[in-house]
Amino acid sequence: MYLSALGLLGLSSWMAPSLTMAKQPEAMEAIAKIVGSNTIRDSRVNLVIPPLVESGNLVVLKLSIESPMTANDYVKAVHVISEANPSPNMFTAYFTPRSGRAELTTRVRLADSQRVWAIAQMSDGSFYRGYADTLVTLSACTEMI
Amino acid sequence: MNLFVFCLRVLPLLAILIGLNSSQALEAPKDTRQSSYYLMTPENRAMQDDSNLNPALFWVMDGHSLWREKIGNKNVSCAFCHGDSGQKMVGVATQFPKMQKGKLQTLEGQINQCRTSKQEASILAYESKELLALTTFVASQSKGLPIAVQETPQNKKNLQQGRQFFNERMGQLNLSCAQCHQDRAGLKLGGSLIPQGHPTAYPIYRIEWQTMGSLQRRLRNCMSGVRAQQFEYGSQEMAQLELFLMWRARGMPLETPGVRP
Amino acid sequence: MSKTSRTGITMPAQAKKGAIIEIRAIAQHDMETGYRYTEDGKRIPRDIIQLFTCQYNGEEVFRADFNPGIGANPLIIFTTVAVASGTLVFKWVGDGGYEAVNQAQITVS
Repeated sequence: MYLSALGLLGLSSWMAPSLTMAKQPEAMEAIAKIVGSNTIRDSRVNLVIPPLVESGNLVVLKLSIESPMTANDYVKAVHVISEANPSPNMFTAYFTPRSGRAELTTRVRLADSQRVWAIAQMSDGSFYRGYADTLVTLSACTEMI
Repeated sequence: MNLFVFCLRVLPLLAILIGLNSSQALEAPKDTRQSSYYLMTPENRAMQDDSNLNPALFWVMDGHSLWREKIGNKNVSCAFCHGDSGQKMVGVATQFPKMQKGKLQTLEGQINQCRTSKQEASILAYESKELLALTTFVASQSKGLPIAVQETPQNKKNLQQGRQFFNERMGQLNLSCAQCHQDRAGLKLGGSLIPQGHPTAYPIYRIEWQTMGSLQRRLRNCMSGVRAQQFEYGSQEMAQLELFLMWRARGMPLETPGVRP
Repeated sequence: MSKTSRTGITMPAQAKKGAIIEIRAIAQHDMETGYRYTEDGKRIPRDIIQLFTCQYNGEEVFRADFNPGIGANPLIIFTTVAVASGTLVFKWVGDGGYEAVNQAQITVS
């Protein structure tokens, strides 16, 4: 029990706990800015994050979007939005018809247990989205500076 | 069946079966030691195994550059004595900490010893980028080799002191290393599995630190975890504890450079 | 004041024309978020790589905008179509005048 308290202490030196609750509206706002008044379809976007993460500092994130990736029909961009990080926009990737597949893998920071969204923008202006939920714990015996 | 048959046939059979299940088995005891590598998620294990995913590889490269750099009043590089490729360092890291000229020396300590005596250069501070790079470079040459620290008449006293530190309660939480990492290894603490604490992968890229770090940094984290007065970097106590831990892990393969959460 | 760091590229040296190849690009960088504080309460300023681009024989085929949410020593794995033999140039641009360039050759048959 003491050690989970220490873990929280470690986390709060990174961001105040009260910020976590206020982040979801910011995430929705960030998504609204990207999408505008267009509809977002819940398909074609496959976002994979490990469901349980021992340290949120470096988490493998895999993204795959169904698309023929031809000159006339391809994924232009994908925006990855966090519901609990200090800043919602994690990264944006821009594909081209020369990408072959709208796929990528990277490593992100997750401040807390949360839902992460991937908003894909197609060449025809349509939007698709997918998400992944993950639980972020803290590794034991973290540093007291 | 009657009592006679029971005593003659069944009881001995039961005794043998129970005996086989107990730790005083008929064969040699199984090595129950396990590297904390096996407690990691598949993603983190892949990060350690795959050289183009492992961030520590940058430190290996930095270390190799430093290895070849001429420094100090003597204006010589490590490579001047020890060869350019680092291949001569194969099997070296698995022997540390060891007694050198009557003093218990860690690998970091030995690097600094070479710097001051052979290169006439300044020592590198613990957790400095340079010392971590050099230590990672040297230790990674022994990747895959078994840890070779044994008890000797020369290191016996230091080993005993290290063992004592491991078993002694410390800090406000009044816990010893053994209580978590020996008695409760494999159980959970705050969502994480408790490792046995073998220093098989150091220096490590610790995801928690978001950078490379030494075994001593990790031990200081453990000590702060139980709210104890941390041993100082480069201290005799640290070297003794390191010696005990490496001896405890003797025979286990070195994984340097490791990734840990 | 320009600064740079090590980078690593992993991709095949040869490919059949039209094949989709995987490229792994990693850069040595702390990606300081700008949300951390020192012991005496001073905010540590943001210092991250902001942009990654891949050009294939001079044409940009992939781009990514990184924010503090990208982990330290940023890695990105993506694909591209092997259209012709030539050079792929990878560029990272970041805060404080950070810039790193790496390249790889590919033979497409």
